[in-house]
Amino acid sequence: MPAFGSFALLVALLLSAYNLLAGGVALRQLATGSRGAFSPERMAETARRAGIASFFAVSCAAFALVWAAFTNDFRLVYILDHSNRALPWPYKFAALWSGQEGSLLLWAWLLAGYGFVLRLRHKVDVKLTAYASTILAGIQVFFLLLVNVAATPFSLVQGAVPPDGNGLNPLLQYPEMVIHPPMLYLGYVGFSVPFAFALGALMMRYPGEKWIHITRRWTMVTWLFLTVGIFLGMHWAYNVLGWGGYWGWDPVENASLMPWLTGTAFLHSVMMQEKRGMMKSWNVWLIFSTFLLSILGTLLTRSGLVSSVHAFAQSSIGTWFWVFLVLVLAVCLFAYIINRDHLKTEHKLESLASRESSFAFNNLVLLLACFTVLWGTLFPILSEFAQGNKVTVSAPFYNRVAVPVGVFLLFLTGIGPLLAWRSTSLRSVRKNFVVPGIAALVVAIAVIPLGVHPWTIFTTDHEGAFYAWVTFALAGFVATAIFAEFFRGARVIQKHTAQNLLSSAVQLTRRNTRRYGGYIVHFGVVLIFIGIAGQAFNTSVEQTMSYKQTMNIGPYQIECMDYSQDTNANYDSTYAILDVYRNGHKITQLDPAIRFYQASQQPSTIVANHSTLLWDLYVVYAGTDPQTGQPVIKAFLNPLVAWIWIGLLVTIFGTLVALFPNLTAALAAQRSRVPAAAGHEQLVAGRAGD
Amino acid sequence: MSRLSRFALLPLLIVVSALTLGTADTQARFTDLGHKLMCMCGCDQILLECDHIGCPDAAKESQELTAAIGTGESDTAVMEAFQAEYGPTVLAAPWLSRFNIVAWVVPPALLLIGLFGTFALVRKWRLRAASMPVVPNDPASRDLRERIRKETQL
Repeated sequence: MPAFGSFALLVALLLSAYNLLAGGVALRQLATGSRGAFSPERMAETARRAGIASFFAVSCAAFALVWAAFTNDFRLVYILDHSNRALPWPYKFAALWSGQEGSLLLWAWLLAGYGFVLRLRHKVDVKLTAYASTILAGIQVFFLLLVNVAATPFSLVQGAVPPDGNGLNPLLQYPEMVIHPPMLYLGYVGFSVPFAFALGALMMRYPGEKWIHITRRWTMVTWLFLTVGIFLGMHWAYNVLGWGGYWGWDPVENASLMPWLTGTAFLHSVMMQEKRGMMKSWNVWLIFSTFLLSILGTLLTRSGLVSSVHAFAQSSIGTWFWVFLVLVLAVCLFAYIINRDHLKTEHKLESLASRESSFAFNNLVLLLACFTVLWGTLFPILSEFAQGNKVTVSAPFYNRVAVPVGVFLLFLTGIGPLLAWRSTSLRSVRKNFVVPGIAALVVAIAVIPLGVHPWTIFTTDHEGAFYAWVTFALAGFVATAIFAEFFRGARVIQKHTAQNLLSSAVQLTRRNTRRYGGYIVHFGVVLIFIGIAGQAFNTSVEQTMSYKQTMNIGPYQIECMDYSQDTNANYDSTYAILDVYRNGHKITQLDPAIRFYQASQQPSTIVANHSTLLWDLYVVYAGTDPQTGQPVIKAFLNPLVAWIWIGLLVTIFGTLVALFPNLTAALAAQRSRVPAAAGHEQLVAGRAGD
Repeated sequence: MSRLSRFALLPLLIVVSALTLGTADTQARFTDLGHKLMCMCGCDQILLECDHIGCPDAAKESQELTAAIGTGESDTAVMEAFQAEYGPTVLAAPWLSRFNIVAWVVPPALLLIGLFGTFALVRKWRLRAASMPVVPNDPASRDLRERIRKETQL
């Protein structure tokens, strides 16, 4: 199998290189009108087929590595370092991405997979797809070079083969780890497709905005994968790392957030190009930046340039990424300088009170947020260069600098839908703002008796309560603005169809899935912000607990019922059994534990969490008292965390809605049993302000 | 919000702040400062968030922090003492001193420049904006427009 895997990787590299070279030559000939021994069309077709075949070759290599993990083939250094005989089978599958070499192979495989779909769907636009396919082949060549030369997953152990492996990092032995990295990588890698289309469209001076229509679904699907990947990572951190939080502003977390922010900005600003022919250069550079940030993030976290908790995948492949990054940037700059006249904007912003203007500010703030994250991540290196010593840039910095930016972004989320394209009259602005404004005011007052005291910003140096208060008020504002949009549109349909309001809202959404799906995503974001704001009120207690001893946190009383040890083939565990009471009634039993994995000789915490809409009772087995042998229990009361995960589900739902094709006017009229002409008018109403 | 109500809010906030002003107790100071310091075991985590089982440094630093707070030293003095002992990386965020100021100033400065730039750009473009396209003014279009305006309340 190792020989088969290595051979498959070599074949994949050769096929991708052929796709790049033959595709490049064919496109050059097509552009200049010159002809060689083969017709450029035929050569481009062979290049496309080579690209398709490269997917099968990389799939064989990925299969070979997974097979090696399942058959405990410890001749492979990678399997020896990341698996062992007692490892449960889902984690053996996850071994594919648990180390440097395997995760790069996963990257190459996903890239080839995206390329496979793109090349199969070439009839959407043969020439543009040929450009995109060739550019994608260039990226494939880089990653396949890495796994063939710099970080090969099929290296063999020198000397005698050990009987068992060193095991998987205990932190990765958690169900979410089986899906979190592939999701994240699907997001990172997926941005290569809109990048390839954008660069291809620029190189061939593609007329019109069709490339945006072609890549819209690609970008949204990619964005969704990255979003889900990031949140699964947060959920994993929350449930595994045991420090009571879900986001630590670690460089690896930051690396995933940066392309997400620019990708989000791109999803918004392409609408201006589609509708008004504006911001063409901006959009091209947004998608270039998103792709470059994916690579930069990988470089930062794998080269050891910045230190990170996520040390699973560090090595010396940084130089490869530096060269690739500079090369890609040079190609992008060159293509832009040569073709920038092709990207002239067709319209200008006409008013500050317009949808375009709100998108411009939204982009500004998203990019600033991205810059702040990058700045904070790189500042320790800059500091070492400028003043000779490293400094730490951690949560307190981001909480001070990035949180206000996030709050401002939430504000813009509410403003955008209230403004019309081109220009909105002051009267209309006032009218649209009244109800959401009142809602914000009501929420701002209502949360004060609940313990949200914004004035503590003046009495302490904690700004958390103040920002939480502003966030709750803005959440009220944005949610009301979104519901008002649905309500207004649904009322129009209700008048014509006599359906109930909910059915009308569903039909409204189906008539313009992108717009209303987008609003659902915004509502999901509001829920996520509410959940994050709850963090300002986290409390914790730590106590050594003997049998029947109790501790109190918030409304809960925790009683220790037992503490013991257990063992199995994979790990030994030490755990406590805790009964949780509220108002004298037992509501649940929690059993936090520490596991000690035998193969890797590393410990890991297993958090016990009782989650409600109001708060999470999050309990960690923090250690054992060396004198008494009794468990040290740390309990956290984390308000509103569940809202984050609910917000994610709403965001996923909204994105899926936005991916759905619109209901046509005729079909909408048929569904609502009204004449087609009236249906068309309703459709116009449903699309007003789109 | 009117100018009067904006000015009325400020004294209200000051009065409320003065009424709720109190000295932070030892536990609150420990929690506060413990979140401004890093664990130095190499885990790159905030001191009070270190989840490293059997961490050799977190417990020691926490004890030092408790002792320093117990002596009645100011927050600044405690932080300076930690910095002197462990180096600048023990602080979870750079202090406002010398080059470190740059870390704090650049993002808000860019926000201001960006906002100002966007306002200026919109203003410049507005001055040379193209005239509105001619829209057909026949009765049917007029009625439809009026109906949409009424029904969508935009």
